Parts: sequence; structure tokens; C-alpha cells
Amino acid sequence: MRGSAFRYAALTARGLAPNRWDLVALPLVLGVLVLAGVAARQTLAPLATLTGPAVSLDPVNLPEYALRTTLRMLAAMAASLVFTFTYGTLAAKSRRAEMVLVPLLDVLQSVPVLGYISFTIVFFLSLFPGRIAGAEAAAVFAIFTSQAWNMAFSFYQSLRTVPRDLNEVTRNFRFSAWQRFWQLEVPFAMPGLVWNMMMSMSGGWFFVVASEAITVGDKTIVLPGIGAYLAEAIQEKNLAAVGWVVLAMVLVIILYDQLLFRPLVAWADKFRFELTAAQTTPESWFLKVLVRSRFLGGLGGSVGHLGAALLRLRLPAGRSERPSRVRGPGSNRLIDALWFTVVGLVALYAVWRIVEFIASELGWSDVWTVFGLDAITLLRVIVLIVIAALIWVPIGVAIGLRPRLAEKVQPLAQFLAAFPANLLFPVFVIAIVHFHANPDIWLSPLMILGTQWYILFNVIAGATAYPSDFLEAAANFRMRGWQWWRKVMLPGIFPYFITGAITASGGAWNASIVAEAVSWGNVNVTAHGLGAYIAKTTADGDYPKIVLGIAVMSLTVMAFNRLLWRPLYAYAERRLRLD
Amino acid sequence: MRVMTADTRTDETVLTLRGVSKGFERGASQLRVLADVDLTLRDGEIVGLLGRSGSGKSTLLRIIAGLIPPTTGEVIYRGRPVIGPAEGVAMVFQTFALFPWLTVLENVEAGLEALAVPEKESRRRALSAIDLIGLDGFESAYPRELSGGMRQRVGFARALVVDPTILLMDEPFSALDVLTAETLRTDLIDLWLERRLPTKSVLLVTHNIEEAVFMCDRILVFSSNPGRVISETKVPFPHPRNRLDPAFRQMVDDIYAQMTARPGGQGKEKPPGLQLGSRLPNVSTNTLAGLIETLAAAPYLGRADLPEIARTLQLQIDELFPVAELLQYLGFAEISQGDIVLKPGAKTFAEADPETRKKLFAEHLLAGIPLAQRIKRVLDERPGHQAPRVRFEQELEDHLTDAAAEETLDAVIAWGRYAELFAYDDDSQTFSLENPQG
Repeated sequence: MRGSAFRYAALTARGLAPNRWDLVALPLVLGVLVLAGVAARQTLAPLATLTGPAVSLDPVNLPEYALRTTLRMLAAMAASLVFTFTYGTLAAKSRRAEMVLVPLLDVLQSVPVLGYISFTIVFFLSLFPGRIAGAEAAAVFAIFTSQAWNMAFSFYQSLRTVPRDLNEVTRNFRFSAWQRFWQLEVPFAMPGLVWNMMMSMSGGWFFVVASEAITVGDKTIVLPGIGAYLAEAIQEKNLAAVGWVVLAMVLVIILYDQLLFRPLVAWADKFRFELTAAQTTPESWFLKVLVRSRFLGGLGGSVGHLGAALLRLRLPAGRSERPSRVRGPGSNRLIDALWFTVVGLVALYAVWRIVEFIASELGWSDVWTVFGLDAITLLRVIVLIVIAALIWVPIGVAIGLRPRLAEKVQPLAQFLAAFPANLLFPVFVIAIVHFHANPDIWLSPLMILGTQWYILFNVIAGATAYPSDFLEAAANFRMRGWQWWRKVMLPGIFPYFITGAITASGGAWNASIVAEAVSWGNVNVTAHGLGAYIAKTTADGDYPKIVLGIAVMSLTVMAFNRLLWRPLYAYAERRLRLD
Repeated sequence: MRVMTADTRTDETVLTLRGVSKGFERGASQLRVLADVDLTLRDGEIVGLLGRSGSGKSTLLRIIAGLIPPTTGEVIYRGRPVIGPAEGVAMVFQTFALFPWLTVLENVEAGLEALAVPEKESRRRALSAIDLIGLDGFESAYPRELSGGMRQRVGFARALVVDPTILLMDEPFSALDVLTAETLRTDLIDLWLERRLPTKSVLLVTHNIEEAVFMCDRILVFSSNPGRVISETKVPFPHPRNRLDPAFRQMVDDIYAQMTARPGGQGKEKPPGLQLGSRLPNVSTNTLAGLIETLAAAPYLGRADLPEIARTLQLQIDELFPVAELLQYLGFAEISQGDIVLKPGAKTFAEADPETRKKLFAEHLLAGIPLAQRIKRVLDERPGHQAPRVRFEQELEDHLTDAAAEETLDAVIAWGRYAELFAYDDDSQTFSLENPQG
């Protein structure tokens, strides 16, 4: 997997310059959330607290809970794939759609995942009144929002970069749009997509845990699963149960990796676009078993047969390749203008609704409070990234320069990145309570507990890929100490570090909502920050405040990306790439 | 795969191009890459489109295939104008353009799948095409396991399996090494002569003059910027052709002369003088100095035959021509009738030490390249002696595509740096007159 971390991450942190459409996209996203929240609040009279099956702390139940959690993850992944194929295709094929959809995706990515659930849970509950299905749908949707955006981005990017000659082949041989999609576009996008699915999955565990037991206003939703089990354990102050759930999660992630992702990555390797043979081919024992077993092989064969027949379909019938009529630029411009106007008006309407909604209960003082809290959380994220960099860059380089060690550590780092850090929060809470530590300082590490591994992981990848002639040249010129770091190693791993740091900082913002306010039984420990604010207002069901908090956090994340990460990334791309 | 048994070839017209032009919008004006091309493709002939990069010959091929529409003019195929990808026109790509995730067999079948050929027949036809092109045994291999030559054979099999009436070949051998390319050419010609190809006629785009004379029945030579047909040559030699045959050699020499001749310049060609917006080739000063030294030394002693130089130095015309032309622009050499003759300045250059060379090069650069002149003057005139790159890029983009403008500017930056005429800082994208140490 070396090297690919950087390559595929590059797909998401694309170099698209910010444009005026961003100004349109943000109100659109928030506007829809507000409308969902308002509509649901109006239609839904106090709903009887959902009593799903009670969660028992008996470890015997854990396999079942783990299975349920895993199924939620799979359902969300399926939804994300459908979303990716439609949204990504639309954005890549239609110029007008692209102008709106791409900035929209950027905003969707910046909205904190747990923010979505605050709004949509009421909406989903009203879809299935009185039944647990609504809560299930809300949880799956929350996981979906943590997975779908980067997959769609990756797919869109791949579609935009399909090699011209292959595209010409499909047109020369008169493939239908349907055939081209499955024969060229999806296979070409596959390696990047699989990589992003893995990243999404490892991010997803965190949110599935957080979304299985959630309180919005007067509604407390508990869905049997790993997250609910953890919530119950915290409620009961049962440390042994926390131990059990950690163990269960470890096993689930290992199984998931071995049975789903290893095979997927090994299989996707054949879609690599380079025409040169790879030095190391990803392998999966499970895929081998699948392919070699006669029964399963036969099954796979007939499924493949069916698939091939499907691909042969010339869908949509007769729409293979229509001669492109040359349209006058005049009519085109007119339609463009109309389109811009419509989108602009909708965005204005959304702004108006949001402002109206917030202003109905809140004043300027609330806004300033929220910005103040935002600054605190921002400071936390920056300090944490710096500390994580100081710790993990030297360690990552040391590991990466020892290939045999790197081979062993890399899967561990991947595993740690996937492990939902919120399972470990109780341990920290107990320690903070016990030592009377300052929560403003000591709760902070929780924000980066789960995502710091992306930095380690990417730095190792960078150091492993570092050309050995450079190292030899440096040794030959007797460079060492600070000079060695500054002139030799740091520029070489910088692009990888940036990739890891972008992921880590995005994760930290998301985690702040869970990490700044934690509890153990009836003890609540809260830090000052926007995350805690959103968590509290969500628990109170105070919608105008939730909207305000989420809007400010989304804005900050977007600004942070635009003003810091993208320029750094562009610089790394331009100046410091070694290949 | 249909195999022609009897000699079914007639003089029947397969495809006609009438007044085909292609231009791209460039602000208010239009950038023309192809101008007024007329062409008739007849049954039973291999036609070569010979030209340098930038002559629009690949664009023309794509217009014929219906992949891009012409700006004006039309392509008549089977009695109707071509709009959109045409049936019975198959293409072979320079880059092979194989799907890396499909095996050889699947790649060949891909073309048939799109035509909704039943599975069994598709398999039979694909195997027979694979057999014909000499790929048997490789059916289950993936492209990345194959050598370049084998990959291009897959490209041929994929094109031939659909029984195309016209086979379009876009520099199919130029990505291959010399020996492999020769094998593929002879194999293809053999199949063609034995009438084992289902194809009525072949259109070959190439920048390799010998290849064109070796394979084609008729050669159209294209000029560059915009591309237009400047001459048509019939190749009367019977197959198999002998490259060492004096008549063969003479024809290669003649085409060299045509390609180095300038439109409008009759008799003794004068270089048409560069414009500010002329496209410049990105040629390294090392290559330039190398060619000057080679030409100045024995056995050439200042005068050489271009085809011979190309052969001796193992250069394609796309590699040799830009260097030779740049020498001409810089006033270091004169090209006429396929010969290159060094001027006195070049002889001084060949013998000079590095410092003098730089000075000499600077003089010639200012005299011969208007863009270098412009940059120097702007820098001299501005109070701070600095100018942003965009300033010149925008000026160039009135005449060139974005990519060509960038390449041209990069070339002039490299020459200006060598001549120490000006400095350029890539971080801030600015030109200046200072040297970093100053």
C-alpha cells in the first residue's frame, strides 16, 4: 500500500480553486438541514420515547450487537456507493451540475457528521412513526454522511481524468453510455474508490458508536449495538463492560479487514492503470480461498456471467452516441444565465430562512459566544496537530526507513486509525475525575486520539517511498542532525505529512463534538469549546443554537481548509514531489 | 473474421474529405490547426499522412473517425456525411489504449461487445483475430504482462476483429523500439498483401518518412501551423520494398526536402522570420551545441544532408527538425533542399570557450527570437526591472493554445538563463534582470 496513500488522497484534496459557488453551496446545505429540522419539529408532537430492546451488559450479547453494528456499516456503505455513482457521474458529466455539485460536496464534507444526526433524526423518526426503523435509518444516515463525500469526490475526480485515448476507444467502438460506464469509467475509478472506501470505513466506526445512543431534546434513541452497549456501560459505570466492548470492537475490525477489505484491495489491484507490473502485489488469503474453492468459484462464475450479460446491454437503448449538434454560443449563454439566477435565488432564500430561524430566538451576543467557543476549539485543533506532528514525524521516519519494521507497523497504524477512539474515552474520564485535572486541557487529547494515526501512517508511507539514492547522497556528504532533517528528510515526506494532517484535523473537528463533553455515570466533564456547545444544544433539542453552532463550525472548517491546507497541499504537489 | 479470397479490390472511393478545417476559439480570433484538407481514400490502398507534430494530422484522423467534428467542410463515408463515430472505421492508437483490467481476449472482445455480437460468435471471431495477428498463447494475459510489441498486436487485433472497412492508424509504431516496429510493419504488410485483412483501405499517420515510404501507396505531406496538404507522392515500388534501394533513398530525400521547404518561399527558401507569437520548440542548449559541434566537425565540415544526419544520430524527424530549425532561427545555420549548412557564427561557436559561447548565443538569441527580445526590452524599460510571467503568457495566448504558450515560454526561459540575458524565479513566477548572486 506504500505510496498509494498519497496518490489517492490527492484525489480528494484537489486543487480546485475556490469560486463564487462556494458562497452558494453553504447556505444550500444548511438551509436543507434547517428545513428538515423545522418541518420535523412542527409535524412531530412529543413522540413517546422509543423503547427499543433494552441493552444488556452481559458480554454474551456482544456478538449479536457487533453484528448489528456491522450491518449498519454495510447498509451505509451500500448507500454511499449508490450516492457516489450517481452524484459523481452527474458532477463529471454535466457542466452546469458540476458548478453546483462540487462546491456542495465540499460543504457537505465540512459539516460535522454528528451535526447531521441532530437534524435528521427527528425527520427519520417521523418517516416511520413509532417504529425503531426510523431510528435505524437515522443512524445509517449518520454513518453515510461520514463515508459518502470523499468517495464521491474520488469518483468524480477519476471520471474527470479518464485517459483520452481509452475514452476514444470506447467511442470509436461505439460503446453505449451504459457500457462505457461499466467497462471504462468504473474500472478506472476503482483503485481510488476502494482506497477511499477503506478510509471511510475506518472513519465510520467512530460515528456508528456515537450514533447508536443519542439524545435529541426529549427523544433518546438507543439501538442495540456496540455503541449502545458502551453508552449503557458508561451509564452503569461498568469498567469491565467497557473492556468487553473494546475487545469486541478489536475483533470486529480485524475480521472486517481480513474478510472484506483485504480481498477487495487485492481484487482492485487489477484495475491499477499503470501498464508496468507492480513490485508488490496486495494479497489476500480470503480472496484466494474464494477463488479456489470449487463451490464458491462456480457461484462467482455464474454471478460474473450474469454481470457480463448485464454489461452487454446497450442501455439506454439507442442513446449510444448522438452526433453533437453545435449549438450557438448565444442560446448556451442564455441557459447558463437562467441557471445561475435560479441557483442564486434558491441560495438567497436559504440564507434568509437560516437567518430568520436563528434570529427568531438568538441575538448577536449568542453569535459572539459561539465564535469565541469556535476560537477555543480551533486553537485546540492547531495545538494538537502540532504536538502530534512533533511526536509522530520522527517516529514515522524512523520506522519508515526500516522497511521490515514498517511492514509490521503499517497494518497496526491502519488498525489504530480505524479503531473508534470513543470506546476509550471512559478511561480518560475516570483519570480526569480522579486527578481533578483541568478538562480544558486534558479532554483535548481525546479529539485526536483516533485520528493521529493517519499522520503516523502517512509519514511511514512517505519515508518508505523515500528514494535511497537521496539517503546515500546525504550520507556521502555527511549531512546529519538538523541539516539532515531540514534539507533531506522533511521536504521528502512533506506531501505525505500534509495528507495525514488534513485527515487528522478533519477528524479532530468531528471528534470535538463527542470529546469536549464526556460523562461517566452521572459525572459530566465538559471543556469549553464549540464541540461541547453543539453537544449540549443537541441534547437540549435547541434547534436555533444547533444551527448556529454547526454553521460556524462548518465555516471554520472550510476556511481552515482553504487558507491553510489547500495552499500547503498545492505547494507540496508543485515543489516537493519526488516522482 | 472475414477473409478475402479473390481480389475484390477496385478503385471505388471509400471515403472523401472536402475542405475540412479545424479551429479553436481563441478570444475573438480563431486558432486554426487544419486548413482546407481534401482527401480521397480508395479501395485497396494504404495512404500515409506525414507531418511533424503540430501539423494536425492526428486531429484529422479523429475527424475521419467521427470523434471530433470539423469546423468547416465534411467527411463523406458510404455516401453520407460522418456525424459521430462511424461504423466500420476502427482505430489503432500510438499509446495502444488497451484496458489494463481486461485480458488480451477480453480486450479484443470489447469491440464486439459494443456491437452486441452474440457471445459465442464474439468468442470465435476474437480467437481468430488473435490467431491472425500472432497472439495465440497470450489470450489470458493482462496487458501489463506483455511487451510493447505484443500490446500493439492486441491493438491491431481489437481493431481488425470488427471487420472495419477503414483502418486508421495513429503513429502505431512510434512507441516501439526499432526492431519491434520493423517486425510489426512487415507482418502487417504481409497480411495486407496476402489479402487476409478485412479492411478496404488503411490510413497511416506518421512522422517517420522511411516508414511512410516503406508501407504506403500514397503519401500526403502536411505542413505545420496550420496543417495543410503541401504535396502528394505516389510510391510506385513493389513490395517487399528495399530500404537501401537508391530509388527508395531518393524518395526519402525528396520528402525531406519537401518537409523542410517553407510554403511561399520558392527557389532559395528564406526562413519566414519568427513572429512574437510563433511557437518555439523546447530544445535544450546542450542539444543545440551538440548538433553545431557535430556539423562543424569531420566528415560534415559545416554541411550535411538531413536524412543522413537523422540516420547517423538515430533521430526521428520530430527530434531532429526542431533543433535544425532553431539553428536556422538563431542564424546559426541555413536549411535548403534537405541540406543544412552552418553559418560563420556557428563555426565560431563550435570553437569558443563556454563564456564566449554564452555571449555569442545571447547575441543570436536577441537577434533571432522576437519573444526573447520582447522580454529583455520590457525588463529594461520597467523601473524595477521585473515582470510577471503572466504578462508574456497572455500575449502568447492570443496566438497559441495554453499548452503551446507555456511550452514556448519555458523554452525561452531556458535559453535566456543560459545566455544570462535575464533571470526567472519560478516561485514568484517573475522575470528580472538580476542574477541570484548579485
